[in-house]
Amino acid sequence: MRFERFQLIDRVERLDRPRKAIVCRCDVPHESSIFDGHFPGHPLLPGTLMIEAIAQSCGMLVLVLHEFRRMPVLIGVDNARVRGMVKPGAVLAAEARLVQEGAGYVAATGHVTHAGKKVAEAEIRLGTLPFPSEFLRGEARKFAREIGLV
Amino acid sequence: MADYNQATYDAVAEIIAEVSSIDRTTIAPDSHAINDLGIDSLDFLDVTFAIDKKFGIKMPVEKWMEDVNEGRAKAEEFFVMRNLVRHIDALVAQKAAA
Repeated sequence: MRFERFQLIDRVERLDRPRKAIVCRCDVPHESSIFDGHFPGHPLLPGTLMIEAIAQSCGMLVLVLHEFRRMPVLIGVDNARVRGMVKPGAVLAAEARLVQEGAGYVAATGHVTHAGKKVAEAEIRLGTLPFPSEFLRGEARKFAREIGLV
Repeated sequence: MADYNQATYDAVAEIIAEVSSIDRTTIAPDSHAINDLGIDSLDFLDVTFAIDKKFGIKMPVEKWMEDVNEGRAKAEEFFVMRNLVRHIDALVAQKAAA
């Protein structure tokens, strides 16, 4: 995870195109100014970032399934649950699977696990838009290569 | 007699009311989803999702918008409630026939 870039995915571990599912690895940093406040003397990964990791995994899935023609943006989170506490240095798996696709949106379910135990889950809806610029599409492709998505 | 399916209309109006936090009593057959009910584009994505899920269809909203923007159709054709309901019923019938 690179909090300063709001990039929570480090590597794509598995892409299942027929099932429209993805598993991503997320390495929680050992140190971050985020932990200074959350919480002082008791650093924990914010639950909202676990939900965001699910959303970003969905986003990566949409990018590759749509062959980088559409840009995913978060439009909804339902039934979000944070079920465990995650400390700095943890290695997480963020998984997502598309369950519904329509004109301009996708819906997915996802969860985050740590050492095989579920620590967060959510239903995610992403809007899919045309990329506003070729530069941004290029950056998305570049990031996808860096994390092993393509 | 209404020129649309009342059951479909009631379901769609309920969805719109809930998703967009609109008073159900303000939704009428001649209400325009965007101009009268004030549903913006992001809200309408949520409405589309809920309708698609409820009826097991995929409303081609982007195609509708393209038709409107390119002058092939008027927005009222798709976004006035009675017309939206007729399109939904047609999509449901198409799916059943497939």
